[in-house]
Amino acid sequence: MKIDVKNVAKLANLKLTSEEEKKFEGQLGDILTYVEQLQKVDTTGVEETAQVTGLSNVARSDTTSPSLSQDEALSGAKEQHNGFVKVQAILEE
Amino acid sequence: MDTTNLTIESILEGYRSKKFSAVDVVSAYLERIEQHDKDLNSFITVTKAEALKEAAERDSSGDFSLPLAGLPIALKDIFSTKGIKTTAASNVLKDYIASYDATVVTRLKEAGAIILGKLNHDAWAHGSSGENSDFGPTKNPWNTKFTPGGSSSGSAAAVSAGFTPIATATDTGGSIRLPASFTNTVGLKPTYGRVSRYGVISMASSLDSIGHITKTVMDSAIVLNATAGADGLDATLHSEKPDDYTKNIKNGIKGMKFGIPKEFVSEGLSKDVSDVFEKTVEALKSLGAEIVDVSLPNTEYGIATYYIIQPSEVSSNLARYDGIRFGNKRTEFGEEAKRRIMLGTFTLSSGYYDAYYKKAMQVRTLIKNDFEKVFEEVDALIAPVSPTLPWKLDEKNNDPLAMYLSDALTVTANIAGIPSLAVPAGFAQGLPVGIQIMGPQFSEEKLFQIGYAYEQATEYYKQTPNL
Repeated sequence: MKIDVKNVAKLANLKLTSEEEKKFEGQLGDILTYVEQLQKVDTTGVEETAQVTGLSNVARSDTTSPSLSQDEALSGAKEQHNGFVKVQAILEE
Repeated sequence: MDTTNLTIESILEGYRSKKFSAVDVVSAYLERIEQHDKDLNSFITVTKAEALKEAAERDSSGDFSLPLAGLPIALKDIFSTKGIKTTAASNVLKDYIASYDATVVTRLKEAGAIILGKLNHDAWAHGSSGENSDFGPTKNPWNTKFTPGGSSSGSAAAVSAGFTPIATATDTGGSIRLPASFTNTVGLKPTYGRVSRYGVISMASSLDSIGHITKTVMDSAIVLNATAGADGLDATLHSEKPDDYTKNIKNGIKGMKFGIPKEFVSEGLSKDVSDVFEKTVEALKSLGAEIVDVSLPNTEYGIATYYIIQPSEVSSNLARYDGIRFGNKRTEFGEEAKRRIMLGTFTLSSGYYDAYYKKAMQVRTLIKNDFEKVFEEVDALIAPVSPTLPWKLDEKNNDPLAMYLSDALTVTANIAGIPSLAVPAGFAQGLPVGIQIMGPQFSEEKLFQIGYAYEQATEYYKQTPNL
C-alpha cells in the first residue's frame, strides 16, 4: 500500500520536511502492508467492539460543580488578550 | 538507610514502630536518585523541596494510619500534576504546568503518599524501549547498555534501582508489563475501566489502562486499593470493586487451573525466555496448580489489529495539541508521534475507514471472544511478557515495525480489556525475565493471589541491580 504522504500530512495538520516525507512514505508503507493481513480474516457478521467492557449510555447527573478559574484555565496559553486566548486570524478582510 | 529492598509494608511497619521517620525515608530515596539517576535518566523532574516538606509535616503530625502514609511515589510524566511540570516526555509540553491533578494523583495523595517527582518514558507513551523520549533514553539498571523496556521506562527503572517503592504507569499495548519484565519488577495492567483515566494524557482511549510498578505483588495490590474505582469523571469506569485486594492474597493456588496459550510459546520465543518459562511452569505445578495447553487462535492478528486501532485513536487524541491553549506548536512533535498521527489519520480517512478501522474493530471482537472462551475452562493464563530478553539501546531504533513486533505477547490483553500482572520469573545472561498472569475482566484479586504465591515461592524480587 502506498500512502499519499503530502495529503495525509495536510489532513493531520503536520508540516513535514521533504526528508521526513520520503522516510515516512517507506515506513508507513511497510506498516500498512503488515496490517493488511487482517483482510484474510473472515469477519462476516462479526460485531465491532468499541467499548470493551460492555458499558453503554453512561451519563452523569446534570449538576454544576466547581471548575477551573479563568486564570487557571489560561495559565498555559502563551498568547493572551484581556483574559482570552489569542489565536491567529482565520478570516481575511 | 538502604532503600533497595524496602516495600510499602516494610516502610509502614518502620513508621508505625518508630524505627525511622518519613524524613529519613524520603531523604534516603532522594539521595539515591541524586547519586545514581545520572546513569539511568529515569526522572524528568525531582520535587525535592516539596517532598521533604511533606515528609516533615507527616512526621510532626505523627499520624501514619492512612494506607500510604508517608510513602514516597513517583509518577510517569503523563499523569497531570497541579503545579508540577507535566511533559508527556515531549517537547510539545516541555514547559507545561498542569492546572489540576489526575484522579490517580489525587487518590494517592489522599492516601498519604509523597511525590518524589515525574518519570521519563517514550513521548506520549509511544514506544517499547523508552528511546522515543525527547528527554533522552532511560537505561536499564541491570545493565546500562540495555533498554529497560517502554513505554514506562522511567517507572520500571526507578523502582528497580531503589529510587522509589511505587511508580505510576500506563499500559496501552504492554507499556507497564514489558518494562516490568525487563527490570525484575511487578507491573499491573488493570482491566480497562478499573482505574480512572481522568487527567492522564490520552494515548488510545479504548485501550489505555492506568496501573503501576512496584517491587512486590502485595505492594501492587495495596496501590490498587487506593487507585481503583469510579470517580464520576471517567465514564468507562465500573463502580463495583472488591473492598480489599489483599484480602485473599495469601490463599495459595492449590487446585487452580492455568492455561498456557500455545500461540504465546510457539516459534519466535527465544531459548533464554523459554528456558525460564519452563521453570515457571514447574514452580506453579509444585504449588498445586494444574497446567493445561489452550489456544487463542486469533493471537497472530494482535499486532495488526493494535496498529490500526491505536494510531487511529492517537491521531484523534493528539489533534488537540495546537499550541494555542497550552503547550507548543505541532512542529515540536517527535518522529514517532508524527508517524502514528500520519498512520491513524490515513486509516480513519474517507475511503479507508471500513478497510482498516472497522475491520480491526471486528477482529478485536474475535480476539476478545478467544479469551472469553478459554476463561470458561481455566482460572488464568500464564505466558512470557516478551518473546526475547531486553535488547540493546539503538538496536531497533531505525526499524519501527521491528519495535512494534516486540509487543506481540502483550497487546491482546489491551485489545480484550483484560487485566494482566507481570511478575519477575528469573534471569538469563544477567538480564531479568518476566511472566504475565492474565485473567478475565475485573479478576485482579485472583491475579494478585496467583502472583503472590509464585513470588513467595521464587523470591526473585529480593535480587537488586548493582549500581
